[in-house]
Amino acid sequence: MTQNDLTRRLELEALYTDYAHCLDDDRLEEWPDFFVDDCYYRITSAENFEAGLPLGLVYLTSRAMLVDRVMALRKANIYEPQRYRHQISAIKITSDGDSALHVVANFLVVRTMQDGEMSLFAAGRYADRLARNDDTWKFVRKEVVLDSRQIDTLLAMPL
Amino acid sequence: MDTHTISWPKEGNARVPYRVFSDQDVYQAELGKLFLGPTWQFLALANELPNVGDYKTTFLGETPVIVTRGEDGEIHAMVNRCAHRGNLVCLKRQGNADLLTCVYHSWSYDLEGNLKSVAFRRGIAGKGGMPDDFRLENHGLRKVRTDHFAGLVFGTLSDETQPLSEYIGNMVGERVGRVLHGKPKILGTTSQILHNNWKLYLENVRDTYHASLLHTFFTTFRVARLTSGGGVLIAENGRAHASYTRTKDELVGQEGSDKLYAGIQSQRDGLHLEDTRLLQQVSEFGDDITVQILSVFPNFVLQQVNNSIALRLVLPKGPDKTELQWTFLGFEEDDAALSELRLLQSNLVGPAGYVSMEDGAVGGFVQRAIIGSENENSVIEMGGHGHSSEETRTTEASIRGFWQAYRPLMGY
Repeated sequence: MTQNDLTRRLELEALYTDYAHCLDDDRLEEWPDFFVDDCYYRITSAENFEAGLPLGLVYLTSRAMLVDRVMALRKANIYEPQRYRHQISAIKITSDGDSALHVVANFLVVRTMQDGEMSLFAAGRYADRLARNDDTWKFVRKEVVLDSRQIDTLLAMPL
Repeated sequence: MDTHTISWPKEGNARVPYRVFSDQDVYQAELGKLFLGPTWQFLALANELPNVGDYKTTFLGETPVIVTRGEDGEIHAMVNRCAHRGNLVCLKRQGNADLLTCVYHSWSYDLEGNLKSVAFRRGIAGKGGMPDDFRLENHGLRKVRTDHFAGLVFGTLSDETQPLSEYIGNMVGERVGRVLHGKPKILGTTSQILHNNWKLYLENVRDTYHASLLHTFFTTFRVARLTSGGGVLIAENGRAHASYTRTKDELVGQEGSDKLYAGIQSQRDGLHLEDTRLLQQVSEFGDDITVQILSVFPNFVLQQVNNSIALRLVLPKGPDKTELQWTFLGFEEDDAALSELRLLQSNLVGPAGYVSMEDGAVGGFVQRAIIGSENENSVIEMGGHGHSSEETRTTEASIRGFWQAYRPLMGY
């Protein structure tokens, strides 16, 4: 592994770590900052993804839509207080260029409800494309591919 | 024999005993009398299984069913239970096969469910095997009657269920055709586990009163308000309903509407979307209806919210558990812009939908609240006591229609 590879890995490790903490600390207003303006973000099932079906449970095609999603969650939507805890691991670079990367990573999300009930809410993989922007990596495209087709109750916060 | 009784309140469909949402005996009776009884339940889109041998698996209530495209080019359906010793014949959600072969003992059925072969039927070296009087034709899969409407295939296990078009009726049937105006194309599917009785979700679907109150997004961004024009269509027997909204035709003007919603939690002032592409609507239905929610008793829903079209199938999984399956549709005729708009508007609905995520939780809230109140009743009096069509959505008439359909079949 070259010095370059090591640097790249550390950069990505830091990025996904920051991403997890941003969501789990409920700093959702900062979530769109991980994305470029002209981004694509989709949450879908492995079943849809593998069949090439375009549907997203969440389907956002600009950073402004991510901002709107957070605004709606804060101001318009009603759901019980709950916490997510992301475990992001097995980060793998599938295609490396100087200014563009394709990355896959695994995630698990534990959901804890206000009464303390905990469940394994989501498991799956990210299929991401990143671009270098002012010395930081940002998501150009982020596909959240859920292993299960079932969502328990509802999906409010970003994954 | 039934071991349970429900004495329905004297107010009729304007009251519902909470017991029917939680009682195990009521639930068991429903599986038999409704889901295996004289009702039509959605099985598939006709063009979801285009080729001979295509199959999918689904449910009539909790009973597993196989739906196939047979050698004759027609859709067939049968109970997914081997005639031998009851094993699931098809294990996958969908696939393609020449024969349906049970993995347990390799009994094989054709695509219409007729038994074609039994492994070692003649035994080995003259010993064992099935008796001489065993007839393959007496041991097929149990067949499910099917019928079509506007490209939708429904199934029933009862010989007495009237033809599907009569069951839906002309009034609501026209509203199905209005939405399914092209050749359907599946954009994707998803599913939601609800921690409530299946009927609480169907009440929610038929409840036009709640939408702009619970779903703040609807009201704030004027997707739909009660002050918009609209109404409910309800079949005389209550089995089919359609509610519709004409957002462009606000009854009391924007100022009047804001005044009526003032002080109601669902109206939030000063909010705006950074990217409003989500709220655009392309005229495709030949009218000014922006939202139409339609149901066919017991458990099928067809939704149009702006240009988002979805089928919803409500599957009972126990007295307090339900699976809500969503199939999002476009049409083969859609251009790229309309396809993209449908995908953007899928954000409005589904498990994460801006105007539907609350529905995933609210039934569970009711389910939790009614524990210990099984002998008390809900109050369903908005708009009176009847279940006739009305030119307002400030009514619970279509919920009363649901109970009008439910009670005779259950004997309550």
